[in-house]
Order: sequence, then C-alpha cells, then structure tokens
Amino acid sequence: MTTKEALFKYILRIGDTNLILGQRLSEWTGHGPFLEEDLALTNITLDITGAAKSLLEYAALVEGNGRTEDDLAFLRNDRQFFNVQITELPNGDYARTIARQVLVDCFDFYFYQELSKSKDETLAGIAQKSLKEVTYHLRHTSAWLERFGDGTEESHNKVQLALNELWQYTNELFEMNEVDEILIKEGIAVDLNVVKTKWEKHISDLVEKSTLIIPQNVFMQTGSRKGIHTEHLAFILAEMQALPRMYPDAKW
Amino acid sequence: MEINKFEDVFEGKLAKNEMIEPKDWMPENYRKHLIRQISQHAHSEIIGMLPEGNWITRAPSLRAKVVLLAKVQDEGGHGLYLYTAAETLGVTRDELLNNLHTGKAKYSSIFNYPTLTWADIGAVGWLVDGAAIMNQVMLQRSSYGPYSRAMVRICKEESFHQRQGYEIMTHLAFGTNDQKEMAQDALNRWWYPTMMMFGPPDSESPNSENAVKWRIKRETNDQLRQRFVDQTVRQVEYLGLTVPDAHLKWNEAKNGYDFTEPNWVEFKNIISGNGPCNKERLAARNKAHDEGKWVREAAQVFAKKRSEVYEAA
Repeated sequence: MTTKEALFKYILRIGDTNLILGQRLSEWTGHGPFLEEDLALTNITLDITGAAKSLLEYAALVEGNGRTEDDLAFLRNDRQFFNVQITELPNGDYARTIARQVLVDCFDFYFYQELSKSKDETLAGIAQKSLKEVTYHLRHTSAWLERFGDGTEESHNKVQLALNELWQYTNELFEMNEVDEILIKEGIAVDLNVVKTKWEKHISDLVEKSTLIIPQNVFMQTGSRKGIHTEHLAFILAEMQALPRMYPDAKW
Repeated sequence: MEINKFEDVFEGKLAKNEMIEPKDWMPENYRKHLIRQISQHAHSEIIGMLPEGNWITRAPSLRAKVVLLAKVQDEGGHGLYLYTAAETLGVTRDELLNNLHTGKAKYSSIFNYPTLTWADIGAVGWLVDGAAIMNQVMLQRSSYGPYSRAMVRICKEESFHQRQGYEIMTHLAFGTNDQKEMAQDALNRWWYPTMMMFGPPDSESPNSENAVKWRIKRETNDQLRQRFVDQTVRQVEYLGLTVPDAHLKWNEAKNGYDFTEPNWVEFKNIISGNGPCNKERLAARNKAHDEGKWVREAAQVFAKKRSEVYEAA
C-alpha cells in the first residue's frame, strides 16, 4: 500500500464515521424530546455532517481520479464504507442516542487534539475546526449523561441499558491496521493507543459521576476497518443514496 | 385610571404607530387575538419541520443535506421565538403545546400536504416560504413589540430559505428531463395550496377587520394573494415551467393577473382535519412529545437534586 492509498483510506474512515453518524442523528430533527434540545442536537448534526463533507472532499482530492465528495458519499456500496459500526446502529431512545454520542464525542475530542498536530496540513486544519465544535458537543452530551444517570430511576435504567448494549462497539474506535502503521511513520496519523488511554480515563470519570457503571468483560465487535458492518448500514445507504442512484445523470 | 383611560392610552399608541409592550394595558380581545395568531404561527413552524424534515435523510448531495438541516433547524428556531413572544401575553408553552397536541389549536394548513419528491423541498422553500414572507413582512411593523421584533429576524431567515428553495428549482428546471418533470409536478401540486395560505377571500374572513385596525395585519387576504400571483408568475416563466392555471391571464386594467381561485372546499376540509397528512403530522408531534416526557422529567429531577445540594452547601 502506498502512502497515498493509505491516506485515502484513512480519510474515508474519519469521513464515513462522520457521515453515517450525521445521517443517523438527522433522523431526530423535528422529533426531539423538546424544542430547545431538538435545535441543539441538530446543531451537532450540522457540525458532524459539515465535517464529513470537508473530509470526503479531501479524500476525493487525494484519490485524484475525478470523483467528488458526493460520488464518495452516494455511489459507494456498504463494503466500501469504513465508518465504525457504532455510528450505524439505530438511534433507539434518547438515552441511547446520548450514550452513543458521548462515547463518540469523547473519542473525537482526544482524536482531533492529536490529529490537529498532523503533518498533513489539510487534515490538521479540519481537526482544529472540528475540535472546537466537538468540545461543545462533548459538554452538551456529558451533561445529558449525567442528567439521565442521576435523574429519575427510569432515565437511569434507560441510559445504563444503553451503555451496556453499546459498549461492545467501543473497541473498534481504537483499532489500527496497516493504514495507521504507514501514516504514523509519516507523522500524519494519530496513535490511537494514546487516544484510548485518555478516552478510558475520561469516560470512566464521567460514568462514575453520572452514578452509572461501565460494563465489564464485554466481547468486542469488530469489522469496520475491513468494510464489514452491521445489518443496518445497507438500509441507511439505500435511503441516503436513493436519488443519486435513481437519476445517475442528474446534478442537484 | 378607569378602563376608558387605559383604552385611550392604548388607542393613542396605535394612532401614533407606537409599540404595545407586554406590561402595557391592552384590551382583552387584542390579547386573545395575538395569542391565537402568534401561537398558530409558532405551531406552523414546528409542524412545518415535519414535511421538510421528511427529505433530510434523502437529500441528494452533501451540500443539499446541510442546507436542508439548517433550514429545518431555523424553522424550529422561529417556533421558539414565537412561543416565547406568546408567553409574554400570559400563556405558558405547555398550554399552547397542549392545544396543538389535542387538535384544539390550528396551524398553517399547507403542512398537511405531503412532500412526495425532492422537488417538493424546492417548491416548499420557493412558494410556501415566499407566501409566508408576503404574509409576514407586514408583521415586522405589527403593533405588538415582541411579535414585531421576532418577525424581523424570521423574515430575514425566510427570504434566505426562499432563495434556497428557488435554487433547488433552478437545478431541476435546467437539469435532465426527469428533473424538469419533477419540478413541474411539484409546481402543479403546490400552486393552489400555496394560494390558500393567504386565507379565505376577504368576503369570508372573520378575523381580518380587527387585525387591520390593530396593525396585526396590514393588508387583506385578497390583496396579498394577488401580489403573490403577480410576483410568482415571472419566476415560473424564468424556470421555463407552466403555472397550472388555464385561466391565468394578464389584466392590463388592474395591472395584475386574473387567476383561478383555489378550491375553497378543499381548504375548509384540510383546516378541519381531512387533509392528506393532518393525522400523521399531529401523531408525529404527539409521539415526539410523549416519548420526550421521561427526558424532560429526568432533567427536572436532576436540576432539583443539584439545587438542593447547592443550597445545603
């Protein structure tokens, strides 16, 4: 694998993770638990989808064969997507959406901190912008985790159940392969072991503060680095890609 | 002061084009009219999020997705300012939402039509927001301060939405044959419902007279409808599309178009709950509200716990 090929795959991984998470979160717009929170979650969705757009634009540029960010988003099939599986899971109730979001926000927070030091200036630039946004997202979703954990018995149970069921998807965030190996040597990619240590400490403190428990001895799911997904992704793509696939000659 | 004197002050302010503010005395029917109008407007914004939100997950480009998300979020924001403006008149948001959820309150009947294709998202932005602006521009100068100020911001955002809607239509109308067909079909379906947005003909509009007197409304339904048609026909022509009205004709004498009135029987039916999406829209609002109940409760209980800890410290 050349450095260029590795870089392309690396950007897709980050871009797809943002794209699919944004796609899932956007299902909440207009259906939130109350108006202010509907607006707040939509803000987060906008930031994440905006980041996906910038990343896929850059991936297309790096690939250099004339594809655009829209071609990458709308004309690849599920086995060519590299988003982590946790992003494609159904939203579930608001506790599950928040639990997933806090886990991913916290990852992004430390990931973008590291990536903003990348020798690749475009990636560093995108990371710096996203870091500002994610700092805000993490504050928002952490506050909700705490409210749910230490709110009512119902909210506590719902959010604990969400953590229990989502935990098996968390290890994927930190998996590294040949792509990482090549790009870490070049000073482009992030060492995810560094991110993992910080993430574990942060999440552990937050979960404890929220009177919740981190599930133990969980068997971890894997696959997305190879383009293997849950059953949900193909449905997401069927919906998201319908128009560009139905009208291949059209420009929107 | 006696009621008469209060009323003189109120009438004096209206006469001098001054704003009425929340703490000022106001006649009870003025207050009631405003609560009804502002809350209906707020409900329309919130319900309006549904037909447009319907296409967020299927927007055909990343740019289109971000623009539509931001647009639907703006509509929610408008709902928020308007509920807040209504609250200054002495009602709570809970009461207003309850009226919406139980079907007691009305909202703009346009949102009971379905958005069937991506072109509908263009048509809603262009025509529906266009008509809304025409209705709302005059409200920026309405006599009630909080409403008037909310409308200044809302109108700015709505004109942006209208341009975005027209941009979608432009891409379609100048795109492939399929896209052009999609655009014409959307125009065919949204033309008459949009004209209904100005309300029944003046001869049958019970709420207009006071509204004009109180500067809550400044032009009549028929005047606005005429202006909308005159303005929009040119935009349709630019797109190379056809207004779905065989009787549309320029009338030199009145310096405007003659046109076919929308079907007022359909309008009455949709207002009374028989439109294609009335039940779905209300059901979606009720579902979101009911499923959000435990979230709101958790937030309240948590806040109470924390304030007790704070007070004890």
